Amino acid sequence: MRFWNHDPSHLWRYGVLAGILCIGIGLMQGDFTVIWQKAVMICLECIGIG
Amino acid sequence: MKNIRLTIQLLFTILTNGYLYGFLSGKICQGRSKYACVPGLNCYSCPGAVASCPIGALQALLNQNGFQIPFGVLGFFFLFGSLLGRTVCGWLCPFGLVQDLLHRIPVFQKRKRLPFHRILIYGKYAVLLFLVCIGSMFLFGGFARIPAFCKYLCPSGTLLGALPLLSANGLLRSQIGGLFFWKLGILIVILVLSVKIFRPFCQYLCPLGAIYGWFNRFSLVQIHWEEEACISCGACQKACPVDLSAHEISRSPECIRCGRCVSACPARCLHLKKM
Repeated sequence: MRFWNHDPSHLWRYGVLAGILCIGIGLMQGDFTVIWQKAVMICLECIGIG
Repeated sequence: MKNIRLTIQLLFTILTNGYLYGFLSGKICQGRSKYACVPGLNCYSCPGAVASCPIGALQALLNQNGFQIPFGVLGFFFLFGSLLGRTVCGWLCPFGLVQDLLHRIPVFQKRKRLPFHRILIYGKYAVLLFLVCIGSMFLFGGFARIPAFCKYLCPSGTLLGALPLLSANGLLRSQIGGLFFWKLGILIVILVLSVKIFRPFCQYLCPLGAIYGWFNRFSLVQIHWEEEACISCGACQKACPVDLSAHEISRSPECIRCGRCVSACPARCLHLKKM
């Protein structure tokens, strides 16, 4: 409850920290390899062929 | 402010789509920069794209066998959202830029909103939930796990990905079918609507706008309203392309931080600044 009553001018910092933490977890579970593998092949669905 | 924003939009679009060889060869960039996501809606199958689309990346992670929380992309959303909120939409999104430029064409009487606006704005949350998340995992094609938003709706993919690729790559062009024309139809409708209505895709359909809108309330970049200095003249609401009043601007998930209200305020009680 105290967290939500906290001055909202600082909430962005928690958001940035959460973002960095999530990116770290994503790195460890291999998310970025999956993203890269998808992004370097022409996505046929995206261009309306697949 | 208007020209600064346009310059930044153009520069960022060129910077994130700077793989010029792709446009000539009909191929896409395969560099390591594609491990990262850009903040805006920028198809990774655009021949010039040097990084990944966050919505495409989210769907790629959701499409994997064996569900796991897509932390990597959520991290980008938290990072960009907490710092910028929907400033991303107003200043950094290439498809937003396209709609802005079309809206400058001096034909049709301009309107800020479609009829039933109050209901239609929830369309983007429905697209995020049903097409991007649930649709990608379950609905379309049973458990075939396809990127439903990219496949059936995304006009940015058609404009930035399909059209340049198909114009340069004959092999792909020979495979065009009904799905392509469906997506081309959606693109044309949105582009024509953009001439009359301010950013119809961003206001009503964009799942990325739905995500960043949640961060508007506390993001680092804010439009700050000095209530005690306000003379309630309504100039800000008149200038606002999404018709927000002074007290709505600073917190509304619909505000894209374009800064028109800041320029229009005669009492200088609105400021685009850090929290």
